[in-house]
Amino acid sequence: MTDAYIYDAIRTPRGKGRKDGALHEVTSLRLSALTLNALKERNDLDGHAVEDVIWGNVTQVGEQGGCLARSAVLASDLDERIPGLSINRFCASGMEAVNLAANQVRAGAGDAYIAGGVEMMGRVAMGSDGAAIAVDPSLAMKVYFVPQGISADIIATEYGFSRDDADALAVESQRRAAAAWEAGRFDKSVITVRDQNGVAILDRDEYMRPGTDMQSLGALKPSFKEMGEVMPGFDQLALMKYPHLERIEHIHHAGNSSGIVDGAAAVLIGSKEFGEARGLKPRARIRATAKIGTDPTIMLTGPVPVTEKILADNGMAISDIDLFEVNEAFASVVLRFMQRFDVDHSKVNVNGGSIAMGHPLGATGAIIIGTLLDELERSDKEVGLATLCIASGMGAATIIERV
Amino acid sequence: MTTDFTMETGADGVAIITWDTPGKSMNVMSIEGFRQLDGFIDAALADEAVKGIVITSGKAGSFAGGMDLNVLAKMREDGGDDPASSIFAGIMQIHSILRKIERAAMDDRNKGGKPIACVLPGTALGIGFEIPLACHRIFAADNPKAKIGLPEIMVGIFPGAGGTTRLSRKLGAMAASPFLLEGKLSDPKKAKAAGLIDEVCDDPLAAAKDWVLNAKPADIVKPWDEKGYKMPGGAPYHPAGFMTFVGASAMVNGKTKGVYPAAKAMLSAVYEGALVPFDTALRIEARWFTSVLLNPSSSAMIRSLFINKEALEKGANRPQVPDQRVKKVGVLGAGMMGAGITLVSAMAGIEVVLLDQSKEAAEKGRAYTAGYMDKGIARKKATPEKKEAALALITATDDYADLAGCDLIVEAVFEDPKVKAEVTKKVLAHVGPDCIFATNTSTLPITELAKASSSPEQFIGIHFFSPVEKMMLVEIIKGRETGQVAVAKALDFVRQIRKTPIVVNDARFFYANRCIIPYINEGIRMVAEGVSPALIENAAKLVGMPLGPLQLVDETSIDLGVKIARATKAAMGDAYPDGAVDEVIFWLADEGRMGRKAAAGFYDYDDKGKRQGLWEGLAAKYPVADEQPSLTEVQHRLLFVQALEAVRALEEGVLEDIREGDVGAILGWGFAPWSGGPFSWLDILGAPYAAERCDALAEAHGPRFACPELLREMAEDGEAFYDRFAPQAAAA
Repeated sequence: MTDAYIYDAIRTPRGKGRKDGALHEVTSLRLSALTLNALKERNDLDGHAVEDVIWGNVTQVGEQGGCLARSAVLASDLDERIPGLSINRFCASGMEAVNLAANQVRAGAGDAYIAGGVEMMGRVAMGSDGAAIAVDPSLAMKVYFVPQGISADIIATEYGFSRDDADALAVESQRRAAAAWEAGRFDKSVITVRDQNGVAILDRDEYMRPGTDMQSLGALKPSFKEMGEVMPGFDQLALMKYPHLERIEHIHHAGNSSGIVDGAAAVLIGSKEFGEARGLKPRARIRATAKIGTDPTIMLTGPVPVTEKILADNGMAISDIDLFEVNEAFASVVLRFMQRFDVDHSKVNVNGGSIAMGHPLGATGAIIIGTLLDELERSDKEVGLATLCIASGMGAATIIERV
Repeated sequence: MTTDFTMETGADGVAIITWDTPGKSMNVMSIEGFRQLDGFIDAALADEAVKGIVITSGKAGSFAGGMDLNVLAKMREDGGDDPASSIFAGIMQIHSILRKIERAAMDDRNKGGKPIACVLPGTALGIGFEIPLACHRIFAADNPKAKIGLPEIMVGIFPGAGGTTRLSRKLGAMAASPFLLEGKLSDPKKAKAAGLIDEVCDDPLAAAKDWVLNAKPADIVKPWDEKGYKMPGGAPYHPAGFMTFVGASAMVNGKTKGVYPAAKAMLSAVYEGALVPFDTALRIEARWFTSVLLNPSSSAMIRSLFINKEALEKGANRPQVPDQRVKKVGVLGAGMMGAGITLVSAMAGIEVVLLDQSKEAAEKGRAYTAGYMDKGIARKKATPEKKEAALALITATDDYADLAGCDLIVEAVFEDPKVKAEVTKKVLAHVGPDCIFATNTSTLPITELAKASSSPEQFIGIHFFSPVEKMMLVEIIKGRETGQVAVAKALDFVRQIRKTPIVVNDARFFYANRCIIPYINEGIRMVAEGVSPALIENAAKLVGMPLGPLQLVDETSIDLGVKIARATKAAMGDAYPDGAVDEVIFWLADEGRMGRKAAAGFYDYDDKGKRQGLWEGLAAKYPVADEQPSLTEVQHRLLFVQALEAVRALEEGVLEDIREGDVGAILGWGFAPWSGGPFSWLDILGAPYAAERCDALAEAHGPRFACPELLREMAEDGEAFYDRFAPQAAAA
């Protein structure tokens, strides 16, 4: 089997996903196209250079609908013979794009791919593409559908994480993200978003709140208490599914959950021969990929079983991993991961995560693979694992190793 | 052939179709009725002399009470081994008749139809409201006693003749939900305000005639038959509708604990229907409705909560003796029970003499009625006149001589045989020879108490549940010598106060308490075993019990539990099986945790008496074990322990009729209503499986789960309770 290598990984800075966010004026199409163009320029991807562009994107309606991947290719400077595939595995869409690309390269179906994703959360509202699992009574009742925030609180309740535990993780995420920017650790991968005239719009993650401390977080009200306890009373469903719990502790709020942002990322993946032919140097080998379905009510525990699976499938142990990126969708997701594998926080999300910098759904999976690779190189370590929890109860993981 | 419908066309060109089911006080729809209605609609639409149609009722004060359930039974029977196809076809047939009314011969461009109005002289329920909903305009008489709505959900089904689809499209999912999901009924004025009907007037027939003669073509087109129809409040994938539907699933699931198939099916019918054109939506509704009719839970609920409840209320088990309606009742003891019995009696127009040791105490009991009526007035459910009328019927006294002329005495004094005997003797000195004496004891044997009476055949138990004005069940207990007149008297009294009676024989704890005490005890036992209290409570609710056993003890109080335990132990001696339970409740009593009234029990309570979490001290004393039983195991323990007690009550002749066992269990203590009651539940499980589970539970947890002989025998013969005991049920 052919090996699949990462040749490059870039991302845009993340803008606040609101009307006053810096990227709010940029269309999903433009942000996608300029990300593709940046990757093309950095790697001289002229002509029919890659087999496909696999583009993760969750809310595929409006400007993000109609196979945005193909539209983005046509809007970019890439050759029109390169098609485009929009995919949706919720929060792991960007990772799934990378994994799909890697596995096709490994299987010999194409020499190289661009994989990544985009989400303009301020422009195309999360959930505006509908979701039978939330709305269709026949399924919503069957799976005890609750919103993700409730699921995150169920994790905290089930596994015993307090509000302080979650807030401490959030404070540390902010501290690490600020320090990483300060030290220029993202310089290699973050591209500047510019307008059609070349004028810079955003060059730095906008969502961060450096200086966040326990006290400032302590003032925030739990976000999911009202919908859990009062209207429409999602906690009741949680207790129906997990009847050994007496009540759900609502510990998550805007400050210890991932931020709503706009952003895009792209990864160039190819075989060894692809790099040799184009004079590109591989940075890491994609050693393993995995995905799994999990309990849809608690929903966000996927990183645990998918990590167990990827390690088992590849004869590896948790101790074989030098660094982890566990998407900070909610603090309890990361806390549960560290608890289960007894991994020290010093190895997890060392440059901060989605709590500090935001989580542009369709892009994040590709972003954290790039962040992991940068940090492996910077700290001169070998093997890294990235994983995300996924809506509707799924998990995805990728293991990369430097070459 | 009886005639349910007649039609007469006047010189003005209005065809009046009058519904008048022979031999019934209220119209009910039958297969023949549908056929006749369909025929008249065809004729009127075809007749060029007819300009408009008015459908009305020949019954004073009502339009229709609903569907004759035999219609649904017939559809099922006609299907043989394929009931689904047959029921679906039958429902579609009903849809086509109502849709014919709604379209009224209009063409595809909504041209050429005839206006059809519906007149409601009063109550219009179920199909009796679904037919009006298909008409173009609904006129109701200004009759505040009339009830209008779709109560199907209350008996385990949902409005399946287009009511679900029409109402959700008319009002929007959110606005329709109280009427569909809660079966809320409205008087005509409220129905108009909610948009259920169009007009409330003094002469609805005249108004309807006038309307059909003057209606414009656009007036008869339903919004959903016009281009560009949008569901009020938004369809499921409209941003506002999205939130409504997400919330609806969550609320319905949370409220029903997922055990009521009708609520789920109805919500799916609304959701799926909202995404397609109207006729397709009706087909979807019919498919979901069929699924509900085929669900054993729905059949059991209809049987217990509709058919058998009504049969018991109408005197299915009443001895054949003359009318025994109560004219003047003497209530002894003005405590909570006595005051409640006084209230419901006075509300039913019965004269009440309320006696207590002091005039002051008796007046306090009478004031309970005043307070209750005041609350009603504040909520506009009662009037000052009604309050005065009720109070005028109540005499508060401490003088036994005032009991003269009472034809029924209900004694509700302290639960002490000596006190009761003394009171009985005093009363008998003042009442006539025909007076029936009833005791409202919940624990003392009737036969023993009857010894205080010189005529034990006129002595009976009438066991009310607390709070009297809320609880629908009354348990009538025959002592060994209780006569038929006393039974009839008690039944007629219960009917007067509009409650549901069951009649049982005298044995320890009668029927209801006999079953509910083991339920409570099983919960407490599990606490002592280290089962997570949260799991115990949630498991109970998830299997449809209104309260978990621990919450129930808190509500009824720990000291009552202690008292019952002591008395039972004294009576049973060495055979007493509940030592493990006593250990827990005696300890709680020692800790001063007497339950809700002490703001401390299994649960903690805040200053306002609101229940908080489970008391942490519980886990300190009885640590939660690492190994926890499965949810099903806990649920089976909690339900079997009740159901087996019901079977034993039947075996021992305490219960004489399984219908009473089922209806009594649901109304008396809320036994999993979705199941139709303990006997229906065992039938749903099937006797062989139930017997097998008994054996396993008995092996694991003790002989209280031992399979009763009756159930064992039924398991071997593959019998069901409602087969084996059907002749008795059918006889009444």
